[in-house]
Amino acid sequence: MSNQNKEDWDLIIKPRTPLLQFEIKAVWEYRDLLLLMVKRDITTVYKQTILGPLWFVLQPILTTLIFTLIFGEIAGLPTGKIPAVLFYLSGLIIWNYFSETLLSTSKTFTENAAIFGKVYFPRLIMPLAKVVSGLLKFFIQLALFLIVLAYFILFKGLDVSMNGSFLIIPVLLLLMAGLALGAGIVLSALTTKYRDLIFLINFGVQLMMYATPVIIPLSDVPAHYQWLMRINPMTPVIEAFRYVFLGTGTMDASGLVYSFAFTVILLFIGIIIFNKVEKSFIDTV
Amino acid sequence: MSLSQPVIKVEHLSKLYRLGQVSTGSISHDLNRWWAGVRGKEDPYLTIGEANDRLEKGSSDYVWALKDIDFEVHQGDILGIIGKNGAGKSTLLKLLSRTTSPTQGSIKVKGRIASLLEVGTGFHPELTGRENIYLNGAILGMTKTEIKRKFDQIVDFAGVERYIDTPVKRYSSGMYVRLAFAVAAHLESEILVIDEVLAVGDLEFQKKCMGKMGDVASEEGKTILFVSHNMQAIQKMCNKGLLLKNGLLSSQGSMDKIIQEYLSDASPNQANVNIDNGQSKELMPGYATNIQIIDEQHQLIPEIPVGKVWSVKVRYHINTSLESFVFAIGISTELDVAIRTVFTEPHKIGPGQYEAVLSYTDIMLSSGKYNIAIGLSNYEKTFAYYPDVACVWISDISDVRDEKIIKTKATGLIINPLNIYVTKIS
Repeated sequence: MSNQNKEDWDLIIKPRTPLLQFEIKAVWEYRDLLLLMVKRDITTVYKQTILGPLWFVLQPILTTLIFTLIFGEIAGLPTGKIPAVLFYLSGLIIWNYFSETLLSTSKTFTENAAIFGKVYFPRLIMPLAKVVSGLLKFFIQLALFLIVLAYFILFKGLDVSMNGSFLIIPVLLLLMAGLALGAGIVLSALTTKYRDLIFLINFGVQLMMYATPVIIPLSDVPAHYQWLMRINPMTPVIEAFRYVFLGTGTMDASGLVYSFAFTVILLFIGIIIFNKVEKSFIDTV
Repeated sequence: MSLSQPVIKVEHLSKLYRLGQVSTGSISHDLNRWWAGVRGKEDPYLTIGEANDRLEKGSSDYVWALKDIDFEVHQGDILGIIGKNGAGKSTLLKLLSRTTSPTQGSIKVKGRIASLLEVGTGFHPELTGRENIYLNGAILGMTKTEIKRKFDQIVDFAGVERYIDTPVKRYSSGMYVRLAFAVAAHLESEILVIDEVLAVGDLEFQKKCMGKMGDVASEEGKTILFVSHNMQAIQKMCNKGLLLKNGLLSSQGSMDKIIQEYLSDASPNQANVNIDNGQSKELMPGYATNIQIIDEQHQLIPEIPVGKVWSVKVRYHINTSLESFVFAIGISTELDVAIRTVFTEPHKIGPGQYEAVLSYTDIMLSSGKYNIAIGLSNYEKTFAYYPDVACVWISDISDVRDEKIIKTKATGLIINPLNIYVTKIS
């Protein structure tokens, strides 16, 4: 029965796969699924609520107002020469993207256990969908930010001395998404083993915000504490974002290179662990 | 048939499961292990399980769900996979559908393979029927264009045209299942792996599903791997079969032959079973020690002539005094259809040896194999349960007690003499 066609198999299921197997080809084959998952994430969020997609903008608006009131007015924390509203809003939309994407991708395995146990598709589709749907939400919030910015420029005479470094924006988005995805998939793989981590993540991400310049500009942090903020790879991203749009903050190459290196290493480790867990996790849930 | 190329080739396929979950679960275990490693000591948990030779030794912490399975499937085959619970059917399906990976061996596949271990995987209640068709289709491996092309057929097959733009959470469960199956039935993959999905929906729809599955194979030349407990469905649909037994491939061949083999697989000496409760039995409130199938003269009887009265005698040991103890015996067909479960009244019981006898005097079962399960309970909780602990073999040879007893299954499972009285009323 065997003949020349013998080795012509489309798929070979074997015990071990290479440690670092980028499923780019498989993910590409399932690109329609990715898009549909993104659509599902977006539409189901808004189908379940009364205010619907308004939440995408209401949430940062309310948080910004609270921050402005508490940190700006009551505590009197400095925000540089730009209005507190713009300062907090710019930091919040980036931080929100990061924290929400990290939290949702970190639940990849635990939330999809049922579906992963029933059908095969590249598991990376799930976190990738969260990254993309989060980006769509981010763009809506970015538009909100730009409207508020335009308001301040046109009606309040704000001079933001924009410096034309807009080309860096895609890099910032990549870093922001890469860091969230990397951290998310590492944690999602670890939570299959250690359920305790789920609690730690929720709470840790909240605390981590204080180690970013969302609330206090890096330059206003006492010098001997600055390292605490600088080791956070999200810090250069937020600082650079403010630098691009508001002309404040710092955009130093070394910080961005640090973030970039951090992102690459994190994604690298993430994909290795993710692939490893993906192969066996159904047996251990 | 042997002229066609194999589209699936399974070679030495094995899957090892770890029962003890030694390496997972808690950070403290992993920390201890790491700490032991740092100090140059042995892994403290390996001694609990089984260390070096785990692939060879039958240690209790590891179990081969599948061992050395070899088979080929050719294009257009409808292969039925049968076996008892725990024989490895589901594991085989999981491996084929790539939801878990094998420990050894390989599966080679030609063409796309889609698995239907459950209908409606990934259905989202908030999405409409239309959106769910696209989403579910994509999860099962179809591209958007393929789904678009088949969309009308899917809706038509499911019969949900009117509700296609309604969220599926408003669907009746029947509609939901029909839609889910319809998507699955219109997959474009060359190979389908199906797990008992036919056990859904109403009878009419089940027939439709079966018909569709048959069509898919015969007309579209698809290859189907089908797992079910429903011998009837399997017999109708499949042309080839695999019989799995304790993780081993027991036999393969034509479906009829395999079903025969499966059904006639009566284990010997099941009339007197000593129950092994393992080490922990003294910690349990009580446990069963022995079960016997006996006739009216209290003789062990491995094979019961049809129509003869028989009894189940169980010995059990009680360790502690219990306020309300319940003992239960159940009988089911070999296809796991429960026939009857009988309970004692809750009663007070003290430590000691007990013997319980259940006599099947009033139910006469037709010939075949039946499984006995027993359970010991303290009313709130069943502390000892033994499924399929013994089996009863009723043969069609009869030492006729009643002429009216019919010896075949053709008239049903219960063959007690029943009369129909006919009266002319006008």
